[in-house]
Amino acid sequence: MSELYSNEALFFDTFAFKIAGWLQVMQLNRTSHKQNIMVDHVSLSLIDWSRGQFALTAIYHWIFVPLTLGLSIIVAIMESIYVRTGDPAWKRITRFWLTLFGINFAIGVATGIILEFQFGTNWSNYSWFVGDIFGAPLAIEGIMAFFLESTFIAVMFFGWDKVSKRFHLASSWLTALGANLSALWILVANAWMQYPVGMQFNPESARNEMVNFWAVLFSPVAVNKFLHTVSSGYVTASVFVIGISCWYLLKKRHMDLAKRSILVASIFGLATSLLLAFTGDGSAYQVSQKQPMKLAAMEGLYKGKQGAGLVAFGILNPSKRAGDNADAFLARVEFPKLLSFLGYRNPEAFVPGVDDLMKGGFRPGYDHVNILEKEHTFSVEEKIIRGKRAVSALGAWREAKTAKDTVKCQAALAELRTNFPWFGYAYLNAPESVIPNVPLTYYSFHLMVYLGLFFILLFAMVLYQVTKDRIENRRWLLRLAVLSIPLVYLASEAGWVVAEVGRQPWVIQDLMPTMAAVSRIDASSVIITFWLFAALFTILLVAELKIMTRQIKLGPKEGGTN
Amino acid sequence: MFELLSTELLQAYWWCIISVLGSLLVFLMFVQGGQTLIYTIGKTEPERKMLVNALGRKWEFTFTTLVTFGGAFFASFPLFYSTSFGGAYWVWMAILFPFIIQAVAYEFRSKPNNLLGHKTYEWFLIINGLLGTLLLGTAVATFFTGSSFLVDRSALTNLADPIISRWMNPAHGLEALLNWRNVALGLSVFFLARVLGSLYFMNTIADEEILLRSRKQVLFNIIPFVVLFLAFLYGIMIRPGFAVHPDTGVIYGEMNKYYHNLVQMPIVMMFLASGVVFVLLGVALPLVDPVKNGSSGFWYAGAGTFLTVFALFCMAGFNNTAYYPSGYNLQSSLTIYNSSSSRYTLVAMSYVSLMVPFVAVYVWFAWRAINRRKIDAAEMDGDGHAY
Repeated sequence: MSELYSNEALFFDTFAFKIAGWLQVMQLNRTSHKQNIMVDHVSLSLIDWSRGQFALTAIYHWIFVPLTLGLSIIVAIMESIYVRTGDPAWKRITRFWLTLFGINFAIGVATGIILEFQFGTNWSNYSWFVGDIFGAPLAIEGIMAFFLESTFIAVMFFGWDKVSKRFHLASSWLTALGANLSALWILVANAWMQYPVGMQFNPESARNEMVNFWAVLFSPVAVNKFLHTVSSGYVTASVFVIGISCWYLLKKRHMDLAKRSILVASIFGLATSLLLAFTGDGSAYQVSQKQPMKLAAMEGLYKGKQGAGLVAFGILNPSKRAGDNADAFLARVEFPKLLSFLGYRNPEAFVPGVDDLMKGGFRPGYDHVNILEKEHTFSVEEKIIRGKRAVSALGAWREAKTAKDTVKCQAALAELRTNFPWFGYAYLNAPESVIPNVPLTYYSFHLMVYLGLFFILLFAMVLYQVTKDRIENRRWLLRLAVLSIPLVYLASEAGWVVAEVGRQPWVIQDLMPTMAAVSRIDASSVIITFWLFAALFTILLVAELKIMTRQIKLGPKEGGTN
Repeated sequence: MFELLSTELLQAYWWCIISVLGSLLVFLMFVQGGQTLIYTIGKTEPERKMLVNALGRKWEFTFTTLVTFGGAFFASFPLFYSTSFGGAYWVWMAILFPFIIQAVAYEFRSKPNNLLGHKTYEWFLIINGLLGTLLLGTAVATFFTGSSFLVDRSALTNLADPIISRWMNPAHGLEALLNWRNVALGLSVFFLARVLGSLYFMNTIADEEILLRSRKQVLFNIIPFVVLFLAFLYGIMIRPGFAVHPDTGVIYGEMNKYYHNLVQMPIVMMFLASGVVFVLLGVALPLVDPVKNGSSGFWYAGAGTFLTVFALFCMAGFNNTAYYPSGYNLQSSLTIYNSSSSRYTLVAMSYVSLMVPFVAVYVWFAWRAINRRKIDAAEMDGDGHAY
């Protein structure tokens, strides 16, 4: 028998492959049928359902992760106090919160694995286009963070009577470190999508390749995003601990546990909510510089101006469209010049609005404003033209390479490099598709900011009352604290909506829109998995809430063993 | 240090890392195997509680290894991640769903007011144990038997349809179940995981009844494992395999390629042979002398599993072989050379890989600390954490 086999010989050498071949004929028939209706095209339905599925998973995942990030540290602080003082009450408190931590952790893990694999299953083109850069933080997350977390969490839960006090305490801190390190790496990856740095496009492999790991890790967007996101987790956990403890005080149960927990959580919460505000300002500054369209959406700013004000309160005009002359707001109160100051550290700086970014041609008013003039003065239409030039140059380069025509290769490469900053614009169907959902981004941003400021106030009030030892008498404050639990989740999710909806349509800012990033599967497959995920995650969330509330009702003594 | 290595060596190094992670993953699937036996070995509620708790202290290692395996594959061979996950959509989804339900099952199972009742969560564990092992084994078998996909990098210049890899079979991966070789490896992993799970129970739980039933399960499951695994090996060796021309990179069919790989890489043959011997030793020792060797069988069989799977990965990726072949279009097949990350990323990630031994040491240290004393009924009734 010949050593060389044709494709068909390999493919059809078993009965199974015969059936596979038959299925393939069916597929070809279906494809040709589709082609009669429309030219081979990535369908909008596929893009939308893929986006929907990712958003669904991310939203569910983000219900659980912030609490894990913050509660792991709060539990470790409580255990540190126990080890230092030897007071068994602190051990009881630690174990109670550890029980709730465990329930929350499990479901966070369950949703997390899906997110990682969805980059491949639903965004396969993305995975190839930037996998050389994006895969690294994901792998480091696994090796550096997940093992730390999963190894020492087992010691945390099962090691109370098996290892020494200090080993146990070290395990608690290592678990917290693991959780927070994992946040670091996934946020580095996310920040890179918002602000791609440290890479170069390789026309041969048709992908972006990393050229500077440190630029990816220490990009200002990554540093800010990490600090802002983890501090939001610390605030979430602090509100969670305070809210549940206040519920105990309202019910006059477990008073000692409640007050001690409030003391730890309010100090931690106050410190980290200030960090949250500080990094929030840093994040907005980065957005102004790197994603001005997102900033315009966050503020409902259509017509840019010098000395732009920050909207303190405003109701968007629902019939407002980009480019028309209608007022963007039905009602508005603003802090004069504050947006210019926050965005550019200059109260007179020009802040471009949606219309300016669409039309281009504007000039940032001040030399020191760190904005790439050549990029932002182009209209979107011009960027689309340049993006298309980059894509055709890639095609020309590949053809010239095959033909071994070095001169053409060099010319095509030069054209590609010149126009690469707008590569992703080539895939846009219309210039307007660069505008994200303005109302969703705007309201989410403002809700997040209001609530963020409210939590600072809440922590300060609770801390003051608990140190004066009269918090149990302030029933309005106790009720407010309980009510704050759903609010903190709302704020946290709103933050992600700002970050992710605000950057649409980009998977990688300016380089790849969602329509070029998807996997080539039937939209119907994604619809089925979307509903399966939706049903499963919802059932598990309900189960988690039921278990959690029962454990809280049981309290530390009766059911709080972990 | 790594900068001095050639790109080919870096690609080979990363295939070794992937192989190590894949081998560890299959070993750690003793958790999944054990999960399928909770009703077979645990006849009473206290017995089941001991079984679930014995596994519950380790399930996260398996889960984390799976996630890290995926992440490392993404970082080092992104074209595989893109092609396989985006193409064999349904098979990967069918693998992922059982892992979602597993992740909550341990923690939620015995908690009051858990919505679905403890039996449902136990069934979650059984489903994960069955599908997780069967489908992962089947997916890995396609490394030898091929899939039907097309990779075309120039598609990026097609503005209406820029997707570079596409799956050519509408079953999106599930068609792998129609090839008996794939199913044979899937079932082999399933039965091997059950052998390992039973040996783990013997290693961890101090209970006479559980010990006896676990021994019985070791015997029941080792036989189908050996038969199916040998059938798989035979099945892939007698057929053409997917070879790569070292100079041109052209992929072609070569009769008995995987047999040739074994012969041409004697060290891999040694891994395979010693792996099988270790697995059989791990099974035989506790049967011959359960008092003395009851606990050690797990480690022998675990080491054997690691070596065997490592050998399989070497056979798939080394010696000029396409590790993820496409039967639809041979030249779309993935090799460790045409699907890897850039040299820069491989070097950077190689430094990260130096953390792996450090991680292994602390995992071992923590494992020992928790398993110092065997699980017994008294511990389950204590006030410690129990699932």
